[in-house]
Amino acid sequence: MNGANGRHLEYADGRTPLGMVVSGSLSEGVKVRLDDGVSIEDVKVGTFVSIQGLRNRFLGVLTEIELESTDDGITSAPPDVSSSLMTQVLSGTVAYNTITVEPMLIIGADTMNAAQPAKTIPPHFSRVSMASEEDIQTVFGSEDAGHFYIGNPMDMEVRLCLDIDELIKRSNGVFGKSGTGKTFLTRLLLIGILQHGSASNLIFDMHGEYGWRGSSEHSNEVKGLKQLFSSKVAVFTLDPESARRRGLSTDNEVSIGYDDIEPEDVEILRDTWALSEVAADTAYSLQRKLGKGWLRKFLGYAGGDEFSELAREMNVPHSTLSALRNRLNRLGRFGFITEGKGSNSVNEILNYLQRGMHVVLEFGRYGNNIDAYLLIANLLTRRIHDRYVQLSEQASGDPTQQPRPLVITIEEAHKFLSPAIAKNTIFGNIAREMRKYNVTLLVVDQRPSGIDDEVMSQLGTKIACLLDNERDTDAVLSGVSGSRKLRTVLARLESNRQALVFGHALPMPVVIQTREYGSAESYRELGFVEAAELVKRAKRDVDVLFGPGGC
Amino acid sequence: MSGANLNTQDRQIAMDGRVGEVIEASTSEFTAQCYRLYEAPAIGSLVLCGEDAPTYGIVCEASTQSIDPGRTAIPRGMNADTEAEVLNSNPQIERLLHTKFRAVIVGYRDGSAIRRYPPLSAPRMYSFVRECNTLELADFSSSHDFLATLLNAPMSGQDHVVASFLRHARAAHPDGHAYLVSAGKSLAGALAGQLPRLSGILRSLE
Repeated sequence: MNGANGRHLEYADGRTPLGMVVSGSLSEGVKVRLDDGVSIEDVKVGTFVSIQGLRNRFLGVLTEIELESTDDGITSAPPDVSSSLMTQVLSGTVAYNTITVEPMLIIGADTMNAAQPAKTIPPHFSRVSMASEEDIQTVFGSEDAGHFYIGNPMDMEVRLCLDIDELIKRSNGVFGKSGTGKTFLTRLLLIGILQHGSASNLIFDMHGEYGWRGSSEHSNEVKGLKQLFSSKVAVFTLDPESARRRGLSTDNEVSIGYDDIEPEDVEILRDTWALSEVAADTAYSLQRKLGKGWLRKFLGYAGGDEFSELAREMNVPHSTLSALRNRLNRLGRFGFITEGKGSNSVNEILNYLQRGMHVVLEFGRYGNNIDAYLLIANLLTRRIHDRYVQLSEQASGDPTQQPRPLVITIEEAHKFLSPAIAKNTIFGNIAREMRKYNVTLLVVDQRPSGIDDEVMSQLGTKIACLLDNERDTDAVLSGVSGSRKLRTVLARLESNRQALVFGHALPMPVVIQTREYGSAESYRELGFVEAAELVKRAKRDVDVLFGPGGC
Repeated sequence: MSGANLNTQDRQIAMDGRVGEVIEASTSEFTAQCYRLYEAPAIGSLVLCGEDAPTYGIVCEASTQSIDPGRTAIPRGMNADTEAEVLNSNPQIERLLHTKFRAVIVGYRDGSAIRRYPPLSAPRMYSFVRECNTLELADFSSSHDFLATLLNAPMSGQDHVVASFLRHARAAHPDGHAYLVSAGKSLAGALAGQLPRLSGILRSLE
């Protein structure tokens, strides 16, 4: 940052000075008058700010920038700005700038102590500066086995890391308008979890973005998880034909039998099928009445009197039952639905997960069909969750036998977690019960306002890309202290590769510039080794073992 | 710098630019009578008086009047064609008139240090008064702590005096514009809440 006379201003400790504390409160944040010479255009909301108190250093986020004046006359009768002397003299004196900083953490004088949430504020005239790389590392930790580099704080080179241990303890959310980089961030989070190694991922990959190759806004194609970590990732598909057409090999195919479908699956499809509540409830009654294979039996009913008789017995209007049957008939259009029982996909997926593998379920041509996505994600998750509950209960006396933690990634999450159905669906349960059974969610959504409040409040870490709908912003920030100020930050994010991250996986809210993903260098940093390099390494190992030309 | 320690060269420098002597003094201002008629320093000039405890003043007012308060000057050139003719035909005029100037005390020298606030005692009568040279002016005006004293002094045309001083000081600094910006900022602090006044001074400095 340059001063008025072009000098590069910097404190002895390397921090760039901003100004001094002149007023404020714990609830509203502290107001900082910018030093004369600090250009207001150089300060941005969301940046980290360090405040040196008498005994402690405070770390906060810049939440507001204001133009102020000591004289009301400046607004009613502005001075002649054609005079450079007048403008230069008045700037920083009569007309000055302030920023508001929300103190988030206190770093004690003793650097061995971890940063604590700020329960007080720095005194008047405390010096304020941009946070240094050292501050960031003290607070967020350095890149290591437990900390995954997710991006850089705004305008800083330092690597900002997420605490993956904390991340996987709870359900998390990635939100943002379409095209703001949700998928990139999600992919990075998944890689972080994968590299950390203490949890498995199950990804319902609606648009084929995670398993094999994904697309980016700039380059056409980026590598998926399977390409980067082929030995740790299994790709399941609902549409083997599509995979073959794209020249991709998959590890397994998933098919669902009519007998696998349960009334809860109908419930989750209620909105997209435009079914009444009564019709959806009727599915439960049908299951009770018809027992195992209820769906096949129900669809097998001939029309006419027999069907009317069933409606009478069920005590539901004929039209309701008819509507339910019409919708259920749609299932027949899906190629992955088979008569009777389907493939034993749940067991296969569980086997992979328990072996420490990560599973991506690709939807192929069904990716654009929300019905298929809801049905499959709900059905598989319910069964996997049931198994996890069993395994957890069996291991209740022996913590070493606990099933491996599982993170389930779902897109279009508001369809699974809307207030109308969140209380009854498996996803609502998982979000609420947290890590009780070692299953958590990673919800990816562009309409967070459509997600049940209770679920939103249970999310541990939220990553919010640009959101400009007020209701969506409210939903993401509900229950967060200082949310009013974070709202300003959230609304000002750049439309791509920037996100506000807050919650349990990091000690304070932070705006990040997402780390680069898609270049050969970025893949190497993530541990990807090119095939040619692998061959070279193998040859070297053989030479070491058996001597040159030994094999 | 004490008077006893002044070397010959200093004395010579001190002699340079001497314009008059103190004829009236208080801790806040002094009045000096000029040696020569009409040769008062310009308004806003920085002057130094006294040798033992040199005191800085900024000239805020100058006047020329009759030596004898009971005999005020009267018009003498009704029948003359030029002003010079009036003076030539009345050579006694220069002896009957004197020029005085008033300076607001804005600081003093304390050893080698410059204090930019009034001294504890008033300058002595008959102290020599001289105009500061460029180096002294640059030295004194390198800090603007004295502006508050100047702005609080009772005088007419205060803003004119301030602006005039700053114009003199600008010429003494290598980067005159940067100097004015820095002085202007100090002035803005001293004139808080008086934007029209500040604007007026700054406009006159352009």
